[in-house]
Formats: sequence, C-alpha cells, structure tokens
Amino acid sequence: MKPILVLVSVDSNSVLLGAKQFVNYLREALEKYNLKDSVDVLETGSMGVYTQGVVMAVFPDDVYYSVRSVADVEKIVSEHLLKGRPVLSLEIPRERLKLVVEKEKVTEEVRIVLRNIGVIDPRSIDQYIARDGYFALHKALFEMKPEQVIETIKESGLRGRGGAGFPTGLKWQFTAKAQADQKYVVCNADEGEPGTFKDRLIMEGDPHSVIEAMIICGYAVGATKGYIYIRGEYYGSVENIQKAIKDAYDYGFLGENILGSGFSFDLTVRLGAGAYVCGEETALLESIEGKSGRPRLKPPYPPTNGLFGKPTVINNVETFANVPQIILNGANWFKQFGTQGSPGTKVFSLVGNVVRRGIVEVPMGVTVRELIYKFGGGLVGGKQLYMVQTGGTAGTFIGVDKLDVPLHYESFRDHGVSIGSGVILAMDEDVCPVDVALNTMEFFEHESCGKCTPCREGTRLAVEILRRMSRGQGKREDLDTLRQIAITTQEASLCGLGQSINVPLLSILDNFREEFLAHIGATACPRGVCRFEKPVTKVKTRV
Amino acid sequence: MVDREAVAELVRNIKKQALEERDMLINALHQIQNHFGNYIPVEAAKVVAEELEVPESKVYEVLTFYTMFSTKPRGKYIIRVCVNLPCHVTGGRQIVETLKKTLGIDFDQTTKDGLFTLERTSCLGLCGVAPVIMVNDEYYGDLTPKKVKEIIENLRARGDAR
Repeated sequence: MKPILVLVSVDSNSVLLGAKQFVNYLREALEKYNLKDSVDVLETGSMGVYTQGVVMAVFPDDVYYSVRSVADVEKIVSEHLLKGRPVLSLEIPRERLKLVVEKEKVTEEVRIVLRNIGVIDPRSIDQYIARDGYFALHKALFEMKPEQVIETIKESGLRGRGGAGFPTGLKWQFTAKAQADQKYVVCNADEGEPGTFKDRLIMEGDPHSVIEAMIICGYAVGATKGYIYIRGEYYGSVENIQKAIKDAYDYGFLGENILGSGFSFDLTVRLGAGAYVCGEETALLESIEGKSGRPRLKPPYPPTNGLFGKPTVINNVETFANVPQIILNGANWFKQFGTQGSPGTKVFSLVGNVVRRGIVEVPMGVTVRELIYKFGGGLVGGKQLYMVQTGGTAGTFIGVDKLDVPLHYESFRDHGVSIGSGVILAMDEDVCPVDVALNTMEFFEHESCGKCTPCREGTRLAVEILRRMSRGQGKREDLDTLRQIAITTQEASLCGLGQSINVPLLSILDNFREEFLAHIGATACPRGVCRFEKPVTKVKTRV
Repeated sequence: MVDREAVAELVRNIKKQALEERDMLINALHQIQNHFGNYIPVEAAKVVAEELEVPESKVYEVLTFYTMFSTKPRGKYIIRVCVNLPCHVTGGRQIVETLKKTLGIDFDQTTKDGLFTLERTSCLGLCGVAPVIMVNDEYYGDLTPKKVKEIIENLRARGDAR
C-alpha cells in the first residue's frame, strides 16, 4: 500500500467529460514529479455527481476535486500531492458530497446498492471480496437452507426495483416451488426507461454484487443457469460484467461445485439490440430465445413458465444488488430503512434542468422536493421549477403542488405520483406540456412492438392529435379523445408497455389541463415552444 | 461476395458460448454485423440460418425487428441521437435540428458521400451529461449546436468514405 490514494471516476458519464485523458495525464504527472512510489491511482465507478466535471478524490486527506482540464490535474499533482497544499479553487464543497443535517427529519443518503461504487476498482474481484464480497454467498451456501434464503428475502420486504414493485421473495418462492428439470435466473439489465441510468452505473461500478446475488438466487430456487440480458448499447457495462464473470469462474464462485458446496451455477451475458419493449420480462425472455422481442400473453407468468418454458426468476439489476447485503445483515437490518410498505433504499436518477445531475441512493419515502433541491441543488440558472416527471416515461407528470409527496410503491395509488424506475426529471418554465406530451407519446409510438392493436394504434392516434395540437390546430374535443385513447389502450393492451401509457398521458392532461386548453384557438404557443402553423386553407383549383 | 465460410466460422465460435441450444441468434447477429462493419448482408443471414438450423424467415424477422441491426450498408459513421425527454428538455431539440441541417439528411438516411447515417435512438442512459449522441461506439455529451458542428467537421476530416 502506498501512503496516498487518488480515486478517479471513470464511469461512462465521466469518460465523456474527459476522465480517461485525465487519468493518463495523472499517471504521467506522477512519473514526472517522481511520486509514483507514494501515490496509488484507482479508477473507480461513479461518485454520483457530474455537472462539476470529473470527480477526483485524494485520500487519506479526504479531499474531493472537480477536474475539467489537464491543467487542473497538473495543479492537483504539483500542489496537493507534491507539496501537501489542497487546491481550494478546485475543491468540491463539503456540503455537496456529505450532506449536512439542516433540520430534523432530513433524509440522508444511505448506500446499500451503491456501497462499493466510487470506492473500489470494479475490475478487481479482490477489492470486491475485501469489502465483504461473496461473504453472503458463502453464508447462504453453508449456513442457510434454500428455504431460509427465500424466507429472509420475503421477510425483508424487498420489492422489484425495475418499476413494478412486485415482492421479490414471493417471486423466488413461486419458482422454488415449481417442479422442473431445469430452472433459470435472469437479470433484466435492458435498462431503457428514459432518464434511468442506475443499472448502467451499478454494472459498471460494482458488477460482482449482481453476479453474487444471482448465484444466491439460483441456490435458493434450484436453478443452475443464469443469463444477464444487457442493452446492446451499454458497452461499458458489458465489458465489466464479462470481466467479472470470468474472474468469478476463476475464483470458483461460478461453475461446478461452488466453493465445495455441491451447488453448481453457470452464468453468461446476452445482448439486446435496440428494443425498449425487451425490458418487459416476457419480451426479454423471447429475445434470449433468439426471437423478436414481442411480449407473451400472461398468465402463465415467468416464475412457473419462463425461459424456454421453464420456471425462471427475472429481476432487475438494482433488485439483485440489494440481495447480498440482505443475506449478510438480515431482514431486520434492511427494514430499518425506508417505509413499512416499501423497505430499503431506492437509487434515483436526477436529470433534466437540475444543477447536479447524477444518481443518489436514499431511503424510500424521500420527497420529490428533497431530491430536486437538496440532492439536485435546485434548477440551472436559478429558474423556476415548472413540471417534474417521476418514475420514467411510463411514470407521472406532476406540478409543483405535489413536491412533498413521499415516494414509495404506494405513492402512485395514494397521491398520483409514481416512483417507477426512480427517474426524477425536473423541467423549468421553458417547457410546454403539449410539447412534452407529444415527445412522450412519440416515444411509445416508436417503441410499440406492433403485436397488439390497442397499443400500436392508440399510440399512433395520440401522436397525431398531439402533433396537430402543437401546430396550433387542436380542437376542444381532442382532450376527451386523448383520455379515451389512454383508457382504452391501458385496458386492452397485451403488455406493460401499452398498459402504462395512461399514466403519463392522464397525469399530464389532468395536472396541466389549462395549458392544453390555452393551445386551442390560440395564435401562438402560450409558452413559446410549439411552432404553430397557419391552418391550411383549401384553394379551389380550376380544371 | 460474402465469404460464407468466414460467416459460418463466426457462428460456430459463438455456438461455443451457448448455455442452451437456442440462445445464440442475437449474439451471432451482433458478431456478424461487426464483421461487415455495420450491416448484415442477406447472404450472411442465410448462412446463420443454416448453421443454427432455423428458418431464414425467422432470422430475417429478428434482423428487421431490432433497430441496431440493418440489412443495408450504412454510412461509415452512424450517428445516433437521443430523442427522449431528458435530452429533449436540455437542448436536444436543437441538437437534432443542427444534425439534420449540417448533414443535409433526415433520420434513417445516409449522406451522398457515404460518410454519415443519422438515426434516432431511445435513451442511452447518459442523462447525467444530456443531450448526448453516439457516433459508432463512441459517446459525446453535454452537447451544444456548436459542439455538434465541430464533431461532424472532425469526422469529415478524419475519414474518407468507403
């Protein structure tokens, strides 16, 4: 161990800000100043903050820097590392990292899923093990019966973090009870809900936590094969997961007779190829089977009839990443976080017009206001918050009147605010609800797989109407037609994609009704966003 | 002409990674598309069908269902621009307009010199630095119209078309 450690975030977001270049320069500079023997450089995952540049942390001094150029790196090396004088001008203020308690009942960041991210080198299995990695696997295999593992997960109250919130332990139990010659564990890493990038950062920053959880799940339900289905565009995730799987095989955590327990488990990666609908679990299974990703009719459900028709547990990346810590620390430990109905934490993606975009893990029950102002630092340019999309594109649009609703799996039912996949998309006063609704429906139209008519045609009709409205040719009855489309599509569609379009559409129509009405019969978009066209007047042509 | 043996070899290699008999098609198509640059010739798809013992029609269906695959040659640089809300509200609209104007093409078209193909994509999971585009397998974030023009100019200077 060298006396000084420098951590640099090199996740995919940071790389775009120059992280790789800065690391290379850092290594060169250490050479130049003859500091190579006293400074270790560790490339790690996301530290959760982006808009300030690449985050570089110096230990044991515990100083965090925001680096935007190689000149900044030079300064840190020549001043701080060489002479021991922290560069104040580049330092990230303390309160932005470790959040200061301002008043009672303030939500603090709690890291269960992200505990290793930004701390360890994700490509090193040894560093994962040094942070109690694979201890949970050992405990499950040697101290617990499969039923006890399932009982612990059930007792913890862990629910699916992909958006639907189904109790994880129950899912596992269904598969465990099903009789079959072969069972599977599948990780849904086809992250595609616009605004969500937590799974990407988990896979890039702590891939072993997902792998360990899948092996534990296999042991609990009696499955011997597993697939991680990753989005085709997630190159960084694929690379780190594949490296991690290889290392896990080398260390005997995967393959035949794991750690001498007699339990065997094989794991591999399959890639998506650009289809949002494959995030739907049965469409994803179809895709692994080498077919077009079109959802299956449910029931039967995957826990009994999944991959290749066999019982299959399919969980989201974030859900799995919770598992090792629950097994290690027990259900009661997990239940101390979050709310009664939704224990634990949630990783939120703060995006849109907030000052500090990034991810943050906080206990369930946090409010939208806390997320945007406390963790996100408010809006860029000090602008007014106008609208927030919560939970992703299949989530809800809310106005500023609902900022204090606590977010958990019941907040949609109780208050019309969806938690979904954890997106908090803040929008300032420069957006127009009609334009936002159009963009959202265009997304669904494009991603509808076309198998069932209500979704295929419903999304197309909604786009047509909203496009007309955004050109200044809307009619009053359009609002009712849009409502009809939302309800019909929800009730009659085959899968979760079509069944959820009513959530964004109705919430934006209800919460921003005045804005939609103000577009009808107007001469210009009241918010100056939509581009109105003059109505086409019919010209009589002479024959 | 498509080198049938080379394609068959690729598929056979991919088969070695199979956990189950039928779990290979999409990974095989990814490999073959990489092999040919950025598209899958119909002739190559036929070889895949033979090697994996599935009907050609099925391979074709899969090939045309997923947006990352193409049966036609695309430009040397495939520019994928995110059109979803997190990019849209942080200036993505101007990025799309700048791309279309600078390249002189619409979505799913290729410039006459064969250099650029413009495609729309759904969220790339880089919303921390929105708006973003992807050029082949490289990402660019925190974009402004000015930056986009620079990126295109640099690519033009870098590469002649095929």
